[in-house]
Amino acid sequence: MQLSRTVTTKAQTKTARAVPSDHGEPRYQVLELPEHTVEIVSDSGEGAQKCGQILGAVTAKMGNGVWTVEIIPAEIEPPPRSPAGGSGNRVRIGSEPVTNWGDETQLVVAFNEQVLLGRHRVGALADDATILLENIWADHPDETIRSAWEEAKREFEKTNYRVIEVPMQERCLTVVEDPRRGKNMFVLGMLAWIYHRDLDLCRDQIAHAFRKKSEEMYNRNVELLDLGYGWAEENLDFRIHIAARPSTEPMVVMNGNEAVALGAIAAGMELAAMYPITPATSASHELGDVFEKFGGVVHQAEDEIAAAGVAIGASYAGKVAYTITSGPGLALKTEFLGLAVMIEMPLVVVDVQRGGPSTGLPTKVEQSDLLAAIFGQPGDAPHVVMAPATIEDCFHVMVTARRIAETFRTVVIVLSDANLATGVQPFRRPELDLAWIAAPPDLSPVPEGLKPYEWDAKTGLSRRFVPGQPGGMYTVTGLAHDESSRVAYSSAVHQHSSTMRSRKIAVLQSTLEPPAVYGDDSGELLVVGWGSTKGAIEEAIDRVRADGMSVSSLHLSFLSPLEPGLKEIFGRFKKVMTVEINYSDEPGAPYINEENRRRGQLAWLLRAQTLFDVDCWTRVLGEPMRPRAIADAIRQRIETVEGDVA
Amino acid sequence: MTIPVNSLLQCALDDERIFERADYEGPIPRWCPGCGDHSVLAATQRLLADEQLQPETTVFVSGIGCSSRFPHYLKTYGFHGLHGRALPVATGVKLHRPDLDVFVVMGDGDCTSIGAGHWVHATRYNMDMVALMLDNNIYGLTKNQTSPTTPQNYPSNTQPRGSWLPALNPIEATLGITNASFVAQTAEWIPPHLFATLKAAYHHKGFAFVRILQRCPKYTAPLFEEGLKNPDSIELLVHEDGVMVDGLENVYKNQVRHDPSDIHAARRLAEEDGLTRLGVFFRDESRPRYEELRRLPVITAKEKMARLSEELDLHAV
Repeated sequence: MQLSRTVTTKAQTKTARAVPSDHGEPRYQVLELPEHTVEIVSDSGEGAQKCGQILGAVTAKMGNGVWTVEIIPAEIEPPPRSPAGGSGNRVRIGSEPVTNWGDETQLVVAFNEQVLLGRHRVGALADDATILLENIWADHPDETIRSAWEEAKREFEKTNYRVIEVPMQERCLTVVEDPRRGKNMFVLGMLAWIYHRDLDLCRDQIAHAFRKKSEEMYNRNVELLDLGYGWAEENLDFRIHIAARPSTEPMVVMNGNEAVALGAIAAGMELAAMYPITPATSASHELGDVFEKFGGVVHQAEDEIAAAGVAIGASYAGKVAYTITSGPGLALKTEFLGLAVMIEMPLVVVDVQRGGPSTGLPTKVEQSDLLAAIFGQPGDAPHVVMAPATIEDCFHVMVTARRIAETFRTVVIVLSDANLATGVQPFRRPELDLAWIAAPPDLSPVPEGLKPYEWDAKTGLSRRFVPGQPGGMYTVTGLAHDESSRVAYSSAVHQHSSTMRSRKIAVLQSTLEPPAVYGDDSGELLVVGWGSTKGAIEEAIDRVRADGMSVSSLHLSFLSPLEPGLKEIFGRFKKVMTVEINYSDEPGAPYINEENRRRGQLAWLLRAQTLFDVDCWTRVLGEPMRPRAIADAIRQRIETVEGDVA
Repeated sequence: MTIPVNSLLQCALDDERIFERADYEGPIPRWCPGCGDHSVLAATQRLLADEQLQPETTVFVSGIGCSSRFPHYLKTYGFHGLHGRALPVATGVKLHRPDLDVFVVMGDGDCTSIGAGHWVHATRYNMDMVALMLDNNIYGLTKNQTSPTTPQNYPSNTQPRGSWLPALNPIEATLGITNASFVAQTAEWIPPHLFATLKAAYHHKGFAFVRILQRCPKYTAPLFEEGLKNPDSIELLVHEDGVMVDGLENVYKNQVRHDPSDIHAARRLAEEDGLTRLGVFFRDESRPRYEELRRLPVITAKEKMARLSEELDLHAV
């Protein structure tokens, strides 16, 4: 660790240019970088998240690539100055579009050394990271705080961090009485100077972020912003410049939960039923704020089960409704999902996956609900499971899911996750299409003799009747039933209706295209992923291909049914391996052998469906995948392949 | 989110159809001979004809159990769903389509045990629907297990030495829920009273909860013997704002005049004291109704897309 109160420059990059002061000597250096990752971390309630969100939004608006990740403790306001209680935001800024959160953080702003310690201990920081740290702790009047600082300092001394102490509190006290309420805007000002952010845009974003607060608060925040900017300008010896290449196409920026909410509106859905659960709930916050403008209702049900029931009831009575939840909620909705499959009621379920099992890691990402989503309903319950891979997908998947649910009279489960839910990324502004919006329910009389489940013998598809349609009166039932929805007492009827419900899934598959291989069409290793890991996997593929390795990747958007052509694609590679954020046993671990090894969930599925010997590399670290970690795993597997060949 | 009902209204105005009871009759019910469900079905079909409800705009939602087969035996739209979960489904139907007439049919296990949470909240939502709880004091379809309303000491297959606990009182419980707006009790073996209660429930604007005492000849016949054979074990609550049935006074001498707007008297009358009280305990149409609170103007697809475009502007880079 290098601790500096009077700052000294440390060469850190490929290109740097010195900016002279009025007196001619170098005042600070400007580092020209293709990308940089910064995080702001504080105690809960000190506003580091807000600071990071604004920085992310400003950065996107300036035309840089950006990906933000929230650092969230599970509690609302855990004890201050605790390593596990850090709250904040991590922003990866690039010249090119950024598709994932990247590797380690290079610049950290920490409001105290304990939250910094928390980030250090989980390996979030680059070994040579620069740290801007609040300076009040070393000489704090409280002896326990001073000794905690000393202890942390000893831990940091083993690193190459460059720590710059910043008088955040001292400076903020010139503007506000409670520095816990102001440091975040001071820090935003510092970062605006460091990253050459446009101050007008910062002010606009502050106005937007605090639009529900007083003008006085806005003015105070802008004053703090300027204060931080000025302090950085006077005291820091480095700035970072990341060239922006603004898109020529119109772009929007939001997080995945916002995208899901706006996508549901674009799909013409008019009812979202939910029960509060992390990390799904913020999608309902977004919707709760705007949905009524679109004639839509967010119904906060009495429990997860009721939320599913209300959505199904609304679908039954008219337009496809959706319910949004996370793992524990998905478990509770299981019986209703089976019912919806049985009565062929269109329904969209969004599962924003978090760490599990049980309450698990409520605020952290995982991809462990895949098999539960596909197979979780007792009895044979064929339905559709899709996974958006990007924030942009989160918007469009809702339009597709609604249409599939309606056309195929089925349940569509959309597997998002905490990474997508809270990650912020700019994407091409959707070109809105009226055809996305669900048509009003057809209330015209049902043709004489048409039955409520008049299954087409080849496709299993049938036309749905809606209450209000004269001549269509029938009773849906979760009991086995015939084409007229009469309770079936014959075994042949159950066999036939099961066939019809299953057939629809194959028909949907027949309409899908084989997924596109990223990289060469054949080679040593094919990495297969699904959901939010796409950006990190493809970045890792780029890196190992740059090293000359013969590796490609494939990303699946449909998990049930699987997209066609997988066997053919797998056959062109020596080895196939999934990369997933769920648990798998390590080969070679005690007791683990080929027969009992529990594999990643997609690997399990692909092995069953394709009979290929699909390997996997998975982690459950409660964080998104890092491209470097994936690249390392790929290198290791490639060596194994080559070893096998030799 | 409300679906335009103009076309439906127009249809209703032009409608010259006259519905007979037979127009609401589905297949022959498969309930046991002597089961009280038959009587409730007959009274309901009579109500539908009496009110001339259009079969296509009437929806019966049920749970699971003997009584939940109800919708199958009607020629309206029906939703025979999950055990305990009729109320959430009905909530979704009514929230999306306030133009539909919604009836919910549940058993005692359905409503007061596995679906008890929904019972509390549906009462509080106070949406305009009729909720019938057919209470035979037992789980019938699964063959004789104790339910929350099984009287203490009454034996079943699951509690052969008799129910351990005092029975839950659904009327008392419903009256305790904030925003309850209509709470009534009737007995299926008194058809005129049953019909009059269903009618009052249908005309109530809000969530009309009706507990119907219902015989199960297989498993709980002894529990209903007293009520059937001894009219003096029954007390009728009468009031012009509640239920008044001409002629019943000749059989049921115990009558008490009870103003259903009096919640305190209602709660007193709901307490167990050996008498079975039938009638409207409580009624208040001024209570807020959820589907009205959430009602929104209709928006065209074009308007929606224009507003969505404005929404995207807020996120524009």
